[in-house]
Amino acid sequence: MIETDILIIGAGPTGLFTVFEAGLLKLKCHLIDALAQPGGQLAEIYPKKPIYDIPGFPEISAQGLTDNLLEQIKPFQPGFTLGERAEKLEITPENHFVVTTNKGTVHKAKVIAIAGGLGSFEPRKPTTISNLSYYEEKGVAYMIKEPESLRNKKVVLAGGGDSALDWSIALADIASELTLIHRRKEFRGALDSVEKVRKLRDQGKINLITPAEVEKLNGNGKLESIIVQTKDEENKEIEIATDYFIPLFGLSPKLGPLADWGLEIEKNAIKVDNALDYQTNIPGIYAIGDINTYPGKLKLILCGFHEATLMCQSAYNRIYPNKKYVLKYTTVGGITGFDGSRKQAPKAVVEAI
Amino acid sequence: MSDIQITIIDRQGTAHSIAAPTDMGMSLMEVCKAYDLPVLGTCGGMAMCATCQVYIESDHVLPNPSDDEEAMLAEAFHVKPNSRLGCQIPMEPQFEGLKVRLAPEE
Repeated sequence: MIETDILIIGAGPTGLFTVFEAGLLKLKCHLIDALAQPGGQLAEIYPKKPIYDIPGFPEISAQGLTDNLLEQIKPFQPGFTLGERAEKLEITPENHFVVTTNKGTVHKAKVIAIAGGLGSFEPRKPTTISNLSYYEEKGVAYMIKEPESLRNKKVVLAGGGDSALDWSIALADIASELTLIHRRKEFRGALDSVEKVRKLRDQGKINLITPAEVEKLNGNGKLESIIVQTKDEENKEIEIATDYFIPLFGLSPKLGPLADWGLEIEKNAIKVDNALDYQTNIPGIYAIGDINTYPGKLKLILCGFHEATLMCQSAYNRIYPNKKYVLKYTTVGGITGFDGSRKQAPKAVVEAI
Repeated sequence: MSDIQITIIDRQGTAHSIAAPTDMGMSLMEVCKAYDLPVLGTCGGMAMCATCQVYIESDHVLPNPSDDEEAMLAEAFHVKPNSRLGCQIPMEPQFEGLKVRLAPEE
């Protein structure tokens, strides 16, 4: 069991900055995120987009902000449970919280900060293939966790974004036969990935079928072949024998199991007390950043940072009800990391001239 | 006043007649959200999700979709020839009388 002071659900910008504010108060944090990497939407949806409204940064890329936040919180040694979704909540007799993920990892904390943004990102499943769900776990997957499990297998990927391109490149030398299907001729991804896929196609390592769509899956008890309909002038049906079909159509956020935790929810967001500390209707559980709602709420990263800061003060009071905390500016107190590191303003030297 | 009157048909088939301001740089997605219509607008308007997909039902001539919008529509579900992303449709005076239907949720 992982034990910590504040369990943060969601490793987006708000969740990450919470580690910093908590660290100044000597509170330890652990983060859970359904995505495989920290950064939330910033890293998953728009890593290269510039952001212009982060105070002090006239322009910073979404990935750049994520990287900076990770650097800023490093001294406070946050723990991460990545690629897992917070699923079950239990409250212990002493009012601590036990959160279990979909993969069975158990976390115990004195306070929970839900910084879940729009919810956890789940793969988008194509709705046009009628028997798709029948073949789930029988050859159909929406994520590739262990590429090695596809070695010497016949694999069909579908999609036109970065993940479809990146996986095509990664699997070209692993799969025995690799096919990439996309509805359009154009791909939406980094230019060098598109170029690499083109080269692999020319070398015969990828069977590229565009514009086309997967219509139907076949197989007795497990996936054996797929039917592809081309969308060009020929407009023909092709049957491709395959062991795996992996549609990579990006991710969409779902509030998911959080909705069943007994929290007060309004329009897909968690209601909090914004007059005080962003606490939810369950004492000890806070909701900060895009996932919360209150009168006048703005879904901005900078508002999430503010909410995280006030929330940490309240969490401190909850964890140490008898201690009085006095705010200390980092310019005065510096930063003492849990790793023993120390950052401090250099002492000015007074010398007579 | 520089409002235009537009019609948005929700997923239950109910038509909402809405006065949309043309002087605030709003997109159709933002108008839907402002009127509490069930449009998520997950990506905030970057044409990077398709939660604001609509079918254009009036014969207004809309600005051509950008490469980003076309690429997103190529990956979206329930796409029809008259599909557009609401976040890419600006509220401008010439769209008086615009009529759109919200695409199904994914």
